[in-house]
Amino acid sequence: MENYLYTALFAPLASSLFVALFAARPKMLFTGIVASLLIAISMIASFVLLIDVNTYGPLHVTMMDWIAAGNLEVPFGFVVDEVSVIMMVTVTLVSTIVHIYSIGYMDHDKSFNRFFSYLSAFVFSMMILVMSDNFVGLFIGWEGVGLCSWLLIGFWYHKHSASWAANEAFIMNRIADLGMLMGLFLIYWTVGSFQYDEFFASVKTMDPTILTTIGIFLFIGAMGKSAQFPLHTWLADAMEGPTPVSALIHAATMVTAGVYLVIRCGELYTLIPDVGFAIASLGAFVAIFAASMALVNNDLKRIIAYSTLSQLGYMFVAAGLGAYWIALFHLMTHAFFKSLLFLGAGNVMHAMHDELNIKKMGGLYGSMKATAILMSVASVALAGIYPFAGFFSKDKILEVAFSEGAYFLWFALFIGAGLTAFYSFRLVMLVFFGEKEYVKYGIHPHEAQPFVIYALLPLGLLAVVAGFLEHTFEGFVTRLLSQYEIHIEHGTETLLIAATLGIALSGIAFAVYMYRRGGFSKAWEERFCYKLLSNQYYIPKLYELYIMRPFSALANFAWQKIDTKVVDLTVDLIAKMVYSTGEKSRKMQSGNLSDMLRWMVVGMVVLLILAFVYRPMV
Amino acid sequence: MITLTHYLVLTGILFSIGLVGVMRRTNLLMLFFSTEILLNAINIGFVAVSKYYNDLSGQLFAFFIIAVAASEVAVGLGLLILWYKRNGSVDLNSLQTMKG
Repeated sequence: MENYLYTALFAPLASSLFVALFAARPKMLFTGIVASLLIAISMIASFVLLIDVNTYGPLHVTMMDWIAAGNLEVPFGFVVDEVSVIMMVTVTLVSTIVHIYSIGYMDHDKSFNRFFSYLSAFVFSMMILVMSDNFVGLFIGWEGVGLCSWLLIGFWYHKHSASWAANEAFIMNRIADLGMLMGLFLIYWTVGSFQYDEFFASVKTMDPTILTTIGIFLFIGAMGKSAQFPLHTWLADAMEGPTPVSALIHAATMVTAGVYLVIRCGELYTLIPDVGFAIASLGAFVAIFAASMALVNNDLKRIIAYSTLSQLGYMFVAAGLGAYWIALFHLMTHAFFKSLLFLGAGNVMHAMHDELNIKKMGGLYGSMKATAILMSVASVALAGIYPFAGFFSKDKILEVAFSEGAYFLWFALFIGAGLTAFYSFRLVMLVFFGEKEYVKYGIHPHEAQPFVIYALLPLGLLAVVAGFLEHTFEGFVTRLLSQYEIHIEHGTETLLIAATLGIALSGIAFAVYMYRRGGFSKAWEERFCYKLLSNQYYIPKLYELYIMRPFSALANFAWQKIDTKVVDLTVDLIAKMVYSTGEKSRKMQSGNLSDMLRWMVVGMVVLLILAFVYRPMV
Repeated sequence: MITLTHYLVLTGILFSIGLVGVMRRTNLLMLFFSTEILLNAINIGFVAVSKYYNDLSGQLFAFFIIAVAASEVAVGLGLLILWYKRNGSVDLNSLQTMKG
């Protein structure tokens, strides 16, 4: 079985390295096909491992020693247990589809080969992240994911906005990674090992203060990767990257890493329920905060990005309240319908010649039926309507919040569910139905190539049926993760489900009703709340004004005053001194033998004097 | 009675004369003479000290220096003659083609 593990892990690396050989060449179709095949092989290996873990239990291998210095021993060890195998299957499944989709999407791009190389490297980093059996391996994957996201968000680096967004994502993640690193150092300090099993074996006997500190630091790392408030701004700006990348970042390889970390460290967070509750509160806040920003945005991809942010909030509520398997379940179902949404959005963008403003679309159903149906399915799943996947997982999270007695969190999520349904269908209505606005701009939309649509079908199917796997999933993952009992009476539970379904349905109905009639009036755009939301609560502005400006002023000061006036001056002075000494003493070398002899005598006399002064005392 | 001190003073005087010659003379031939004076001043010192300590190695060293000085002069005079044939002068100041 080890072979399957190594295949699953290294096939993406092989793909990345192989395709990288042709990175600088013009488009070659086979690079895309080879990359897709290798990722598909990785997916098949992951599925084999899933079945294997189901029958024989977890698999733990140590490939080789990596760091052995003093007391520090870190092996290249990999663990395939119930949690990581679920992540592997989700990641590789979504990645395979994204790879195949990209063959169509990047068809006209001159850096076609380079794109596939980065894409596969992204998958490989994520596989390292989820499969590692120690925190150091996790951290390597963590940074690898950060690097690949930088490469891919800034893929069209000639666009200033793209390279800016790439840097923003990278820097935001670095800030959070500092927290993560502190957590890791603290773990090593107290436990003396980075292995998961050794750490979790000793958490029960550790000092609660240290545990809390570790928990907070690790969560800061998760906040950066999963774009939680206040480090969330990069996620929406990351939409500058090609659309398949957005799908990959949002569904499989990047933002889920933070949730995975919290789930993986579940044993730690169950011991510090206060931190857990803080995570849940932040999650609930982000859920409603991001959903509200999605309400008014007109950028096709940004709306979906905010919905990811909001759904990550849901996952953190579940994880923070101790319902780890539910968080993982939502992570999985969300990956399916969110990647479907993004890939559908990519089709729309292609049809609209990279136009992103949904106000300029409308009525696209006529020309791209398949995409319209798939995106509607994904939106219904996102809104959480029975029997689509989102219903099962999202509803469970609401039940968890209710059962924990966190009624306020429950209410936030409840409102969030309504908002989600509204903005999802606002998008669907504005893009696919209503007036054909694009006619004014002279665009002739066309459906994507058939193989692209076929590639999306598995995701569409999963977005519909994944929810029914709930009990199988629960039984499988709770072998490793703690079981979570929901203490709600049956009557109340039915009522809650009905209420959630009700608010989601009414959100949809409201969106359909409003945008059938041509949407809201222009007067709304003048109101304060609209401006507040469309400017993302002015948070990017605040960051610019209170962090970036002072920082660049400080950097300028350090450059112009400290660096050039002090540091450079000192260094230059030393150089000048040496230079002028040489210039002056050069005259000694006159080439005249007499002069040289005199200098020799001077030297001799000096040596004699020195010998006399420093003569040994008798 | 002539003591060691007298010899050493003689060495010092001869050495100084040689040193001044080395520093002042510009005629290459005179420079050779001056170096010979320097070497032989040291030779006197060696022999005197060797006699004083009854140790033959000082006198041995003096012989050694005489041999080295002779071969040095042989080579040096050869070069000097060659130089004179080419330039018609043995003045030091004419020997400055490699000015730094």
